[in-house]
Amino acid sequence: MNRSVNNKKAVRYNKWGLIFLIPFFVVYVIFQLIPLATTIYNSFFEHYRSGLSFVGPNFVGFGNYAKLLSDGDLGIYFKNTMIMWIMGFVPQIIVSLILGAWFSDPSLRLRFQQFFKTVIYLPNLIMAAAFAMLFFTLFSDGGPINNILMSLGWISQPFKFMSNTWSARTLVAFMNFLMWFGNTTILLLAGMLGIDTSLFEAAEVDGATATQIFFKITLPLLRPILVYVMVTSLIGGLQMFDVPQILTNGSGDPMRSTMTLIMFLNKHLFNRNYGMAGALSVLMFIITGVLSIIVFKFTASNEK
Amino acid sequence: MNNQNEKEKGLGIGVRRAIAYIVLIFIVFLCLFWFYVLIVNATRSKGELTRGFTPIPSTHFFDNMSNLFHGTIPVLTGLRNSVIIAAFTAILSTYFSTMTAYAIHAYDFRGKKFVFTFILMIMMIPTQVTALGFIKLVQGMKLEDNFVPLIVPAIAAPVTFYYLKQYMESNLPLSLIEAARIDGSGEFHTFNSIVLPLMKPAIAVQMIFTFVSSWNNYFTPALILHKDSVKTLPILLATLRSADFLKFDMGQVYAMIVFSILPVVVVYLILSRFIVGGVAAGGVKG
Amino acid sequence: MMKKVLSGIMVASMIMGMAAVPAMAEDAAAEGSVLNIQCWNEEFKTRLTDHYPGYEEVDATTGKIGDVTVKWTITPTDDNAYQNNLDTVLPENENADADSKVDLFLVEADYALKYVNSDVEVTVPIADLGITDEELANQYQYTKDVVTDGNGVLRGVSWQGCPGVLIYNREAAKEVFGDDAPETVQAKVADWDTFNATAAELKEAGYNIVSTVNDTYRVYSNNVSAPWVQDGKIVVDDNMKKWVDDSKALVDAGETTTAELWSDDWSKGFYPDGKVFCYFGPAWLINFSMAADTEGSIANLGGWGAVEGPQGFYWGGTWICAAKGTDNPTLVADIMRALTTNEEIMTDIVKADSDFVNNKPAMEAAAEDESFAFPILGGQNPLAMFCAGADKIDLSNMSNYDQGCNEEFQAAMKNYFEGNATYEEALDQFYKAVVEKYPELTY
Repeated sequence: MNRSVNNKKAVRYNKWGLIFLIPFFVVYVIFQLIPLATTIYNSFFEHYRSGLSFVGPNFVGFGNYAKLLSDGDLGIYFKNTMIMWIMGFVPQIIVSLILGAWFSDPSLRLRFQQFFKTVIYLPNLIMAAAFAMLFFTLFSDGGPINNILMSLGWISQPFKFMSNTWSARTLVAFMNFLMWFGNTTILLLAGMLGIDTSLFEAAEVDGATATQIFFKITLPLLRPILVYVMVTSLIGGLQMFDVPQILTNGSGDPMRSTMTLIMFLNKHLFNRNYGMAGALSVLMFIITGVLSIIVFKFTASNEK
Repeated sequence: MNNQNEKEKGLGIGVRRAIAYIVLIFIVFLCLFWFYVLIVNATRSKGELTRGFTPIPSTHFFDNMSNLFHGTIPVLTGLRNSVIIAAFTAILSTYFSTMTAYAIHAYDFRGKKFVFTFILMIMMIPTQVTALGFIKLVQGMKLEDNFVPLIVPAIAAPVTFYYLKQYMESNLPLSLIEAARIDGSGEFHTFNSIVLPLMKPAIAVQMIFTFVSSWNNYFTPALILHKDSVKTLPILLATLRSADFLKFDMGQVYAMIVFSILPVVVVYLILSRFIVGGVAAGGVKG
Repeated sequence: MMKKVLSGIMVASMIMGMAAVPAMAEDAAAEGSVLNIQCWNEEFKTRLTDHYPGYEEVDATTGKIGDVTVKWTITPTDDNAYQNNLDTVLPENENADADSKVDLFLVEADYALKYVNSDVEVTVPIADLGITDEELANQYQYTKDVVTDGNGVLRGVSWQGCPGVLIYNREAAKEVFGDDAPETVQAKVADWDTFNATAAELKEAGYNIVSTVNDTYRVYSNNVSAPWVQDGKIVVDDNMKKWVDDSKALVDAGETTTAELWSDDWSKGFYPDGKVFCYFGPAWLINFSMAADTEGSIANLGGWGAVEGPQGFYWGGTWICAAKGTDNPTLVADIMRALTTNEEIMTDIVKADSDFVNNKPAMEAAAEDESFAFPILGGQNPLAMFCAGADKIDLSNMSNYDQGCNEEFQAAMKNYFEGNATYEEALDQFYKAVVEKYPELTY
């Protein structure tokens, strides 16, 4: 951030900063802040739909929070969410960085780069619901994956992918990986394209290896974008919903080992349970906030 | 020059290149395989689809397509609606997010740090959280069956803002803006004619992301759009999937998925030129 | 003078016009000019377009009946969107603008009571529309049970009946029992204990008795002795417990699977090499879902047969309700009469759409008629069996919470069948999931 505005004339420009913020805040206040305020307000009430009528609102103070925190399931869903996020995110960031390094390495001179760069994002264009239909077809008991594994002699009985905790989590993570690694790679690539190629050339003349170039030049210059990828992926991971929801038909089975926080929230949205959904939202906001601050602090300490 | 360096490196350039190609080919397979499965399934009849997946395409692609277009689902209207909503969402969202990012990046004013932190905070709020309140609000404003509540809220997109802000940090030197001021350029003019072009790769990236997520969005439109004349493709697809058993036809469903993905692939290919083509060259490097 | 003559001619032509259109036009003139219909797919629209006298299609979501404009609002069922929409619109319906008032909406059996038996009244009793019990005498009792509220008031009607039968693989029957005659097969599946014993016999020949445990679910759940919820408490009926025990035994013995309905693993038994002995289903499943148009499928070869099976059940069906606050009660009543009581129209529906209609005389006539034989069943005419099944279904034990309870029970028990949980753990998960959906309940 540029804090060294030494030119006094600059001050009169600064009102433009505020003017440029107007559209964002007007829209934000109308379409998000009002609904958000009601969410927080509702978290202190017992208020849900029962059939076609509503129960409440009855003020219950921190009752909804107490209920959520006391039965201990919240911790399990948080753990599931983090496990499946890490299982998807680690390969995602590794693959994206490797691809980024290869594409930006002038000595490698890869051909068909344009084609490779274009193809990696394509899976994201398939909507999650359609993607899940394909997964069901391929990973079904009598499906092609099981057929291949059986004809290779690796298994004798069809493997039930969605009935085993770790294979179900792996499928969720795998689908998330497929849908999002292209996105991450594109973000990193766009950042890498901003890096002056003469820096790479100069380093090469000085005899730096590809690995050195990557760690000494590319990574430091990519830092802002990397922080962005880390933070948004963490937030996206905590908000993981559509993939496990569709793959497990909302059940989070086996025995809720793939149930994420937002899937749990969604269960409360089913009956318009404003109270519980509100309290859960506030708790999620606190969890996300704490984790993001840790990431920010961690990355900021590397700055100097 | 390269030959000299090669000897000092751990692995020969040839070996590294070979590894790169092998990995890339595997990744390309992983990415394109799904499209192949989709297209194969779109060529199979409703009855054939009950057999499970086979890698060989069948012959019913045009039957499925013609059933889809001659059925009661208004696919072409849906296509138009989807294009309008996704295009306006992408344009408004990226334009105003760039503007917001620019406000934070280029200016100094009281409370700027607070504003930045505030936007980062609201980024952490899950979208599902405000959904119920949002629908209530839309109903209160009598904006059901209207595109406005699907397009306008995208102006306040914290994630898009944050990316553009980060991108500016490494790619938009303030000296350039100073130079423009000295040349007598107005602030708004500077933003539109100097900043926006410099941000092209980043804007293209976010445009794609916004376009795609708006294109594939089901949750909000399903609650707001009820008339057939305003429905988008994902809602029509869901209608097709909840068809009565008399008409239920997975072949048509797959045909519709293929039909829904095609336009977004085209938009992606157009916009991706800005990202992968190296358009970033320009004033920044100076 | 001239004016008088002109208006006389106009009145005369109006009267003549009315005579051409059904009688309802007389009253309808005083009623709303827009008929709003809420539904989730095109089925009912097709029925109305094809079979209701005087309906003209304007475009995909509008039509005309006389001077009344018919507006269709179609909301898909994914993510509960259809019910969410009804939940918002119906309680406010009486205060809505005349042109946007919902007049008629459709429901499915699983959640019908939510709207029919609600604390907030959102449906008009059928009797208040002027439709008498005598007019409805030919309908199957179970179709009335589905839409009868806690006080015994009927609040909806259906043009369909969806009684089901056991559909068996004739080749498998010949191979294992030595005979594929319906009497032989029925003796092998007459009740659940016989059914389960037969499963072992079939297993030896390599056949699964059913494709998945979910095939038998609705047969058990249609025959419970008490509703899911009693006085706000969730109760697992003995017949549901029996489904769990029977299914667990079948799965453990490798005699069936836990696949989802409509999945590839479920439908593989439509082909000879899928090695599935039977499915449970109504007429629409046989006619439209068993891959009859695909070469090599059992249906294509006419290789299925039908028997009544262990217990009667139904699967599917759509019910018509009049929304409270409707400003077109006469027209709504006329549509209900035409589609659900008019034998002539209903016979047309049978012929044109292969629906099993909710009209005993029409179906019994068809049961006698050889032209209604099913090629998929090797020329057997199963309609008599369907008729008998429809009479046997007893749905007096439904509750407002059936949809949630049935979905969650199947989902939770899958964990037990697959060995990921004990019965008690699975049951706890079921209770937990139901209370999340319906916080007012206890267990």
